[in-house]
Amino acid sequence: MMASTPWLSLAIWVPILFGVLVLATGSDRNARLARWLALVGAAAGFLASIPLYTQFDVHTAGMQFTELHPWIEALHVNYHLGVDGISVLFILLTSFTTVVVVAAGWKVIERRVAQYMAAFLIMSGLMNGVFASLDAILFYVFWEAMLIPMFLVIGVWGGPNRVYAAVKFFLYTLLGSLLMLVAFIYLYQRSGGSFDILDYQQLPLGLQAQVLIFLAFFMAFAVKVPMWPVHTWLPDAHVEAPTGGSVVLAAIMLKLGAYGFLRFCLPIAPDASHLLSGFMIALSLIAVVYIGLVALVQGDMKKLIAYSSISHMGFVTLGIFLFNRFGTEGALVQMISHGFVSGALFLCVGVLYDRLHSRQINDYGGVVNRMPLFATLFMLFAMANSGLPATSGFVGEFMVIMGSMKVNFWYSAAAATTLIFGAAYTLWMYKRVIFGKITNPRVEGLSDLSTREFLILGSLAVVVLAMGVYPLPFTEVMHSSVANLLSHVAQSKLKGA
Amino acid sequence: MSFVSWHDLAPMLPEIFVLCMASLILLADAFIAEGHRFITYAATQVTLLGAVLLTAQGAHGETVTAFHGLFIEDPVADVLKLMLYVSISAMLVYSKSYLQVRGLFRGEFFVLVLFAALGMMIMISAGNFLALYLGLELQALCLYALVALSRDSAVATEAALKYFVLGALASGLLLYGMSMVYGVTGHLDLSGISAVLAHGVKDPTVLVFGLVFLVAGLAFKLGVVPFHMWVPDVYQGAPTAMTLFIGTAPKIAAFGFVIRLLVGGLQPLAHDWSGMLVILSVLSIAIGNITAIAQSNIKRMLAYSTISHMGFVLLGFLSGNLQGYGAAMFYVLVYVLMSLGAFGMVMLLSRQGFEAEHLDDFKGLNQRSPWYAFLMLVVMFSMAGIPPTAGFYAKLAVLSSALDAGYVGLVVAAVLFSVVGAFYYLRIVKLMYFDAPSDPSACGAHADVGVLMSANGLAVLALGIFPQPLMALCTYSIWHSL
Repeated sequence: MMASTPWLSLAIWVPILFGVLVLATGSDRNARLARWLALVGAAAGFLASIPLYTQFDVHTAGMQFTELHPWIEALHVNYHLGVDGISVLFILLTSFTTVVVVAAGWKVIERRVAQYMAAFLIMSGLMNGVFASLDAILFYVFWEAMLIPMFLVIGVWGGPNRVYAAVKFFLYTLLGSLLMLVAFIYLYQRSGGSFDILDYQQLPLGLQAQVLIFLAFFMAFAVKVPMWPVHTWLPDAHVEAPTGGSVVLAAIMLKLGAYGFLRFCLPIAPDASHLLSGFMIALSLIAVVYIGLVALVQGDMKKLIAYSSISHMGFVTLGIFLFNRFGTEGALVQMISHGFVSGALFLCVGVLYDRLHSRQINDYGGVVNRMPLFATLFMLFAMANSGLPATSGFVGEFMVIMGSMKVNFWYSAAAATTLIFGAAYTLWMYKRVIFGKITNPRVEGLSDLSTREFLILGSLAVVVLAMGVYPLPFTEVMHSSVANLLSHVAQSKLKGA
Repeated sequence: MSFVSWHDLAPMLPEIFVLCMASLILLADAFIAEGHRFITYAATQVTLLGAVLLTAQGAHGETVTAFHGLFIEDPVADVLKLMLYVSISAMLVYSKSYLQVRGLFRGEFFVLVLFAALGMMIMISAGNFLALYLGLELQALCLYALVALSRDSAVATEAALKYFVLGALASGLLLYGMSMVYGVTGHLDLSGISAVLAHGVKDPTVLVFGLVFLVAGLAFKLGVVPFHMWVPDVYQGAPTAMTLFIGTAPKIAAFGFVIRLLVGGLQPLAHDWSGMLVILSVLSIAIGNITAIAQSNIKRMLAYSTISHMGFVLLGFLSGNLQGYGAAMFYVLVYVLMSLGAFGMVMLLSRQGFEAEHLDDFKGLNQRSPWYAFLMLVVMFSMAGIPPTAGFYAKLAVLSSALDAGYVGLVVAAVLFSVVGAFYYLRIVKLMYFDAPSDPSACGAHADVGVLMSANGLAVLALGIFPQPLMALCTYSIWHSL
């Protein structure tokens, strides 16, 4: 079906266009204009992505809102966009997060405002492009281009060790991506000159080829997720990035890796996926358990949340490689939920950091006495992060544990430890920061949330609660596509290879 | 039958025009006062413009030979020559004020540039060993003199001497190789050689020896490992304007030379030379990228980066088919565009008595001039091969053709080394964006330089978003020439 309005193109290009406009406002003398223009751009991008949900047909598994135009004929590359139940929610998440990030950087960023805002707007469009691309080269272009603004955001507005973190972030991801590019070129030649992802999904491949392709994709996506043991860039990047950068990293960029597994690894190399599922599950469980323990001992709040993200993403990869409905849908729900929860947690840390310029847990204590409103909202997000029922964090984790129970009891037993560890590290941090006596005299001078901060965190709180109490609007979108994916993965591709 | 007919002269019109104009400028310049040197400059630009028009007017999309096969005019030659004029013209704009403040804005410069251009045009269009060699030598001699133009500079003189000695050695190797191939095949013109080789020769030993010499000579001229030693020294020692020249136009000519020699003449031996190119290519990519990391001088760093780029160009030749040659051609043209931008920026930041050739001179450029920092960012990411810039498609095209030819390991190695390469390009971006400037004054440039630099940087970006036209042009010209 050719949609009459190219909503996907709008969701991609409106933020990018506004980003360029914001850049054009130039120096910091026009900072006010840059901020407002950025907010309008982010809001316009979000509005453009809403029809993707409201007009989405939940009964078909195929691609919707497709757009297909020839782009580089010499290489048979097309501008081919489309979304299914797996990707559509991420576009909404991205566009929503961009609004949040622009608002969150409103007062905090005073240096080179236009460039900061523009980087996030452009990044938002590029990330939407990743989720919407159905052409491998188009996907790759968005995937790589997105690194450039993130690199600059970490490096220009980041903390003291920002250069190291930015370069590490860039090179880690580039290494993985380039191997993925080699896999794309190989598939291009095997498929007789097509870069269409949907063609690849139908392409019969021998087991050896599948394993190699799987590993190439694995390098790209595992770094992005990040899976243990290639996760080490994430704590560095998170700690050094400005709040907005951390939010985008945690809420969206990590999801790109998991999305890649669902869109590429499983359908293109199903036999290799089955063959290596034990390996993937093992890595996921190590992430869940071991990284959970690592999070427990962190003294830096951002680092703690970063490790908690890795642990939660372990849940996602676990769910993906269970190959059953609960696992896959649980992983998707967990991804969306984690997008909101981790974003909110980083914003909470940002709120504290803006006031005290410290991320160390030890510098705080007794914050509730001065910031009761903040303490309440922070409590909600901490609970959601530990997977308390009636928050969004519970739904995904519960579904994944159910799914793993069907496959192997011990998988679910190991995975369920996260409910303990997650509660332990999150709530222990919360206790040390929020409760207790005020030991640091600077905490005495804290002021509670401003209206702007309250609106940002409040809107996230509403979503987190809504998703936890009534997840159906989120899950019904993905049913058909997940069922289709699972039936596709169940079929061997070896025949005819 | 007259000795020279119009049919022979017509395809050579651009060359004849450039030759006449160069001689005219040489004479006229002697009568131009120091203060009016811009007349020479304008005359040179007009010459290039005239050459553009003549070449464009003569391009019919078919192959024409003249002087009994000595001279070939085909779509590849037309496209390469047009790019050659554009790059030389851009080089002149970029280097104008740089040369003026250093007292190098002299008539000799323009005359040498034009004669070098003539040599390159002949290299691109030669259909015979002798014509190839003459073009090459004309070009090379002019370049040696250009590097040495800054007479009182010890580094420049040293660079020129190194360039001359190693260049002469390379020419000797080439000539020796040519003589062996001539001895085996009995032909000097490339089509004749190709025809003889296609039938096979009785004793291939001498032929393969000759081929080794030819490839070694070519490798010297291209500056690929292990024949790359002169590249960093010459790039660093020469005045930046000459570095810009050496780093751009001769690469186009060298590509034309490789196409004529290996593809036009020795295609039947593709199996033998592609084996040698594999080694040259992988070594260049590896050593170029690794060594570039250790450099603190940007000209030297770009020299090593050039070595690795030439390795990528050779990757395109490995497949031994037209698709691969098209990819290599696209790569060369994109490389020239990026190189112009990078060296142009180095010159833009240089002032009187100050060479912006240390990496640290790029510190905080984003605060001094966000627009130029952005342009340099685009060029650097393009060199690193990150989309959405033209450099990505260049890499994609050559990697694709090499993978098509079955060189999986080579492609993976090339990819891994480009991660290494990304590091030093990122370092420039880091210096421009993350560090504070040591000299906070805004950097200004003449309007023409600013406009050209913007066009240059935006072209790299635009070709990254819409690579189709240039890619199609390369494919078309290769398909209709070979």
